[in-house]
Amino acid sequence: MSESATTEVIRTEGLVKRFGAVTALNGVSLYLRQGEVLGLVGDNGAGKSTLIKILTGFLQPDEGRIFIDGREVRLRSVSHARSLGIETVYQDLALVNELSVYHNMFLKRETLLNPLPLLNNWRMRRLAREYLQSMGVNIPSVDTEVAQLSGGQRQSIAIARAVYSQARILLLDEPLAAMGAKEGSLIMNLIRTLKSESQVSIIMIAHNYAQVLEICDRVNLLQHGRIALDKPAGQTSVEELTELVMREYRAGANQRQQPLAGR
Amino acid sequence: MAENVLSAPPVQTEPEPTPERPNPWLRVARLFLRQREASIVVVAIALIIYFQFSNQAFLSTQNIRTLSQFVAATAIISAGEVMLLICGEIDLSVGQVYALAPFIMYFANQAGLPLLVGLILGLIVCALVGLFNGLITVMLKVPSFITTLGTLFLINGLTLTISQGFPVLTPSEGLINEILGHASYSEIIWAIAITVVMQIVLSWTRWGLHTVATGGNLLGASEVGVNVARIKIGNFMLCSVLGGFAGILEAFRITSIDPLAGGTDIMFMAVAGAVIGGTALTGGLGTIVGAFLGTLVLSILRDGFTLLGVSAFTFDIILGAAILVAMILNVRLRLWREAGRE
Ligand SMILES: Nc1ncnc2c1ncn2[C@@H]1O[C@H](COP(=O)(O)OP(=O)(O)OP(=O)(O)O)[C@@H](O)[C@H]1O
Ligand SMILES: [Mg+2]
Repeated sequence: MSESATTEVIRTEGLVKRFGAVTALNGVSLYLRQGEVLGLVGDNGAGKSTLIKILTGFLQPDEGRIFIDGREVRLRSVSHARSLGIETVYQDLALVNELSVYHNMFLKRETLLNPLPLLNNWRMRRLAREYLQSMGVNIPSVDTEVAQLSGGQRQSIAIARAVYSQARILLLDEPLAAMGAKEGSLIMNLIRTLKSESQVSIIMIAHNYAQVLEICDRVNLLQHGRIALDKPAGQTSVEELTELVMREYRAGANQRQQPLAGR
Repeated sequence: MAENVLSAPPVQTEPEPTPERPNPWLRVARLFLRQREASIVVVAIALIIYFQFSNQAFLSTQNIRTLSQFVAATAIISAGEVMLLICGEIDLSVGQVYALAPFIMYFANQAGLPLLVGLILGLIVCALVGLFNGLITVMLKVPSFITTLGTLFLINGLTLTISQGFPVLTPSEGLINEILGHASYSEIIWAIAITVVMQIVLSWTRWGLHTVATGGNLLGASEVGVNVARIKIGNFMLCSVLGGFAGILEAFRITSIDPLAGGTDIMFMAVAGAVIGGTALTGGLGTIVGAFLGTLVLSILRDGFTLLGVSAFTFDIILGAAILVAMILNVRLRLWREAGRE
């Protein structure tokens, strides 16, 4: 990781995104280095998910520029971002309960029985089984409907799906949310495996500062649509991050213009 | 009576423990009952047996032909509605499209075009109606229930206007008429073929997978990159085209074209058949084969009660009750199946 630490895979400059009267992002400039795990923290409604959705081509920014591997791009769609190696695990996981594990894993990248336009279910089933096994994801069977999996299993499937297509850049929106200690550590291990084994660079959103500091190389704090802090994980602490957020909160309590956004 | 068949626990577990080898018949029975369509097959068979015992004429060649005609057109429409219901939408106007399509074919033929060209023109108009429904629903975010209620009246008025309210004779070109509905069993053969093809589309193609994904998790599917607008609009078009095709087949069969054919009656039958066959009105779940079987059950009920001399009024009461019972059983069976998986 260290020899390639200078290459930037993502850089954004002054990203702005408005939803009607709400300015979700107000000039976000950040960067992600090759092989790095960047932790993105911030209060509810700070704009973290919005930032991720822009980087994955799902939303288009109102202003600002995006550079992938040093080249400026306008991410037109999810498929476009995917073709550049960017994969996302959304906060809502984007899994379809009614479909099996392997259909979910291959959604939008199905393999076909060429030249017939029919799904090659056997191949997808086998590949999904092998891949999940190699990643240490424990599920009863790849034929199981996703509705019947636990939160941790669902999260693992969503991550596995993103990584499977040789993603170079992985965006994880709260992969540890609503997860028990055991399932949380399962996901943490999964991320660690990715970090050690592959060339993938990761941006990870989380609310638990301790977990962020434990697994990330660097931390960015997003406040009111801007990056308010950017430090290597070793040079900041849970206390500092908490203090920054609380100070903002107290200041905001005096002159609250924006209501706290729920989820 | 359908109740008794299904409310009995489908797999009898013996009180004495049979540890190693369970009865192979039980295994087959259990496997069968895990299938979504199983309950509806059981109901259909039970109804056939009941009506055959009540009236020997039920399984006569004559009546089987009548039954197949009841089923065919509705089942074709049902296939289209299932695709729409799975992706979370509904088309109420399909019964009016059913009446419009043969008129387009008729007037094209009157204008000197070959019958087959007229037929294709009719289907293109249907596709345009579907496109209109889809665009209004997806782009302007009007619920499809409302959009298609609007087109229901619109198309009905259009058909009445161009036909001036009078039925016409279906043009005849011999073999084409025979193949497209006039020959005894040609309509049901079309219905079965369409059911098979659409079931393959639903469970074995990208289009089908993306349709389920769209209905199961709209936001999630679009986040993954599924073009949910395209899927929905496409299924609106598909449903309209199938509706128009069913109308054309029926016009060939009865050799006349009626501006008041089909209507909400056949549309509700098709939706009811789909729902009885296990399609969820909430999206994400359903099968074409199930819808065919659901339509079959409705047709058996209608035909059977007609043979028994039950009046149309009574039939509606029974139909309503049958839909409710089928829905309740469907929900119960699904819960039971899910519990059985653990
Ligand atoms: N599609 C949308 N339409 C309107 N407003 C939106 C939309 N998406 C996000 N917002 C608003 O933008 C702001 C930022 O939302 P975002 O989801 O990015 O926050 P977040 O940092 O991910 O919060 P959380 O920690 O709760 O997930 C919020 O005020 C939210 O209400
Ligand atoms: Mg969020």
